[in-house]
Amino acid sequence: MKAAGTVSPHISRESTTMSKNSNSRVEVIKTWKLYVGGAFPRSESGRSTEVSDARGRTIGHVCRASRKDLRDAVEIAGKAAGAWSRRTGYNRGQILYRMAEMAEGRREELTQAIRDCGGGSLSEARKETNATIDRLVSMAGWTDKVEQVHGCRNQVAGPYHNMSIPEPVGVVGVIAPPTPSLLGLVSMIGPALATGCTVVALGSEPHPLPTVLLGEICATSDVPPGVVNLLTGRKSELLPHFGEHRAFDAVMAAGLSARQRKDLQIGAVDALVRCHPNLDSRPFDDEDHWTSPAALTPCLEVKTMWHPVGV
Amino acid sequence: MNKEATWEYAPAPETTSVSIDDRYGLFIDGKFVASRGRTRFDTINPSNEKTISSLAEAGKADVDAAVAAARTAFRKWSRTSPLTRAKYLYRIARRIQERARELAILETIDGGKPIKESRDVDIPLVAQHFFHHAGWCDKLRWAVPGNTDPRPIGVCAQVIPWNFPLLMAAWKLAPALACGNTVVLKPAETTSLTALRLAEILEECELPQGVVNIVTGAGETGRRLVEHKGVDKVAFTGSTEVGKRIALACAGTRKRVTLELGGKSPNIIFADAAIDQAIEGVVAGIWFNQGHVCCAGSRLFVEESIHDTFVRRLEHRMSKLRVGDPLDKNTDVGAINSREQLDRINHYMQCGVEEGATINQSNGSKMPSSGFWCRPTFFTGVQPTARIAREEIFGPVLSVMTFRTPEEAIERANDSPYGLSAGVWTDKGSKVFDIAARLKAGIVWCNTYNKFDASSPFGGFKESGWGREGGRHGLAAYLT
Repeated sequence: MKAAGTVSPHISRESTTMSKNSNSRVEVIKTWKLYVGGAFPRSESGRSTEVSDARGRTIGHVCRASRKDLRDAVEIAGKAAGAWSRRTGYNRGQILYRMAEMAEGRREELTQAIRDCGGGSLSEARKETNATIDRLVSMAGWTDKVEQVHGCRNQVAGPYHNMSIPEPVGVVGVIAPPTPSLLGLVSMIGPALATGCTVVALGSEPHPLPTVLLGEICATSDVPPGVVNLLTGRKSELLPHFGEHRAFDAVMAAGLSARQRKDLQIGAVDALVRCHPNLDSRPFDDEDHWTSPAALTPCLEVKTMWHPVGV
Repeated sequence: MNKEATWEYAPAPETTSVSIDDRYGLFIDGKFVASRGRTRFDTINPSNEKTISSLAEAGKADVDAAVAAARTAFRKWSRTSPLTRAKYLYRIARRIQERARELAILETIDGGKPIKESRDVDIPLVAQHFFHHAGWCDKLRWAVPGNTDPRPIGVCAQVIPWNFPLLMAAWKLAPALACGNTVVLKPAETTSLTALRLAEILEECELPQGVVNIVTGAGETGRRLVEHKGVDKVAFTGSTEVGKRIALACAGTRKRVTLELGGKSPNIIFADAAIDQAIEGVVAGIWFNQGHVCCAGSRLFVEESIHDTFVRRLEHRMSKLRVGDPLDKNTDVGAINSREQLDRINHYMQCGVEEGATINQSNGSKMPSSGFWCRPTFFTGVQPTARIAREEIFGPVLSVMTFRTPEEAIERANDSPYGLSAGVWTDKGSKVFDIAARLKAGIVWCNTYNKFDASSPFGGFKESGWGREGGRHGLAAYLT
């Protein structure tokens, strides 16, 4: 097993618990890996962080992604963007619905993942899992309606056919909030997938397990490799690189401090990356907002096309 | 080539009975007031370098006063009934139509653009922009998907360029006011006169005081305005360089920002295009408004098989363009807006020659002895890495390049940090849709170029900016 990196406060007070219960079965302690390009690589840095449950018992390790991991993921997401955006909305809708199906089958596991690392009551966690699955179902329905709702024909004062059609903005960087660890992440990724964007997301730092489980769900849901890429690691370490990476077309974040929001915006200036540092200005359990067309807007870029009319 | 071909038309000058004051103040809180400072600057006619008028350079105290007036006015204006707001905008549109001739002449005198463009393009679009947005005032709930309770943002700082002075003012003001915001507008220092004339029209239309404030000045005035703490929303049209400075200054603030920046737009001609129309499209793409157009089709990609014929016909057409007195109704290409801009264009043409491209300026127009002038120009044999193929020149200078396959055309067209607009010319319908969909640009003109309309969203991908202006999509920038 790799040496643990520096351990964050909510994770693991006593790693010695690993050797407890010596008379019972020795548990298989897992290292959850990153999800990049449809595969599950370790961090190229070799770093990992110990994960403990609410009682401080070690339940595994997650990889601590480096800047290089982020760059690799962005490159892969960029390569996947064209083919994903060209799929029909109908096809993308089925894939998102498939994600909902797979998530439904793993409801208990997801609920447990939310609660691991000290996350709230069972009933709250169940509510979050249900809301997350419902969010995926809602997004599955958006895929072939984005253009109708966000686009239009413009009545120009001349003999021209003129229409404005939303397109996927491209490669989207997502920094998910600490909590809700599952619903926050899926609320931000869902619109990106529904509109035809590819994603590189950094999951909740204190509650990383829902992020790695979502990777497993993607891997078994016909999501093409590279379309969703999920990293676990330190926000403070990776945030500046999310802002500055020129290959992102948009970055969106939730759960940032004022300072972090500013840093993200400053980083985005160089390539004028579209920057939405404050997506949690609407709470993630605000279903009306997060299932509305407004939730899709940050993932869209509008193209207006003119053509003369006449013979 | 026929460099001596000057057509002997009789001059057809527009009568210029437009009154211009010797000096102008600032328009703050519904009145023309003197600047708190003493700094003034002259605005000149770029076609003869004569001073037209003296303008006030707004300093800190002036910007403070303008923002304060806009803030005070916002309380009432944001609660004014939508239909009442609409009626003010309709009034403004009407007065602009009625004073169109005066505005067109003033625009041409101050900025150097041909009268046929200010008369037939700029000013009609200005009126349309106010008229179109007037109608949105009471329909905003249906404008932005997902926003069922739209509200104005507050005080808008709007900084506009010199290439379409009054049209840019209209693009900024009309949606802002329709949505219930108030505004401090800063026109470009070389072209402030029509904005100040618009202030007179606003007074005439009894627009409540403080709803629109206009401060004149250069970059420093603009910087003070966008960085002002009392501003809620910044809208800028201009260079990508300044746009990035503004984005940086606004990072970490509550300000919402939209940017309409530079471009180096591709215009792609396939061998199966209607060539005569395509030639006209190239002319409209690069020589309209002396090429002072952010969406100018400044990179021409011609399918290799028709390159030689196309270039020959383009040269013939270019030789027939009339460069000269902007107030002459026959003029196609007017004066370059300023000496500074002319220097910049000349520098790029020098670069083009030094980098090994072939310059063509086949145009026999007699250049006036004073003023700032540049012959319509194209370069052939341009390498994709050349500065004239990558950087925005903002002048009547075209780079001609070739391609062999649609894939190559798209790849080269998209190989730019900019993504404002693009042109596609082919008579094959399915190809139009395929190419248009794959071009990374906010506006794609198919078998046409440089068309604008109040209902048509304008704005770019990538480093060409953030947000859209015009149409339903443009309203989102002024609502929360």
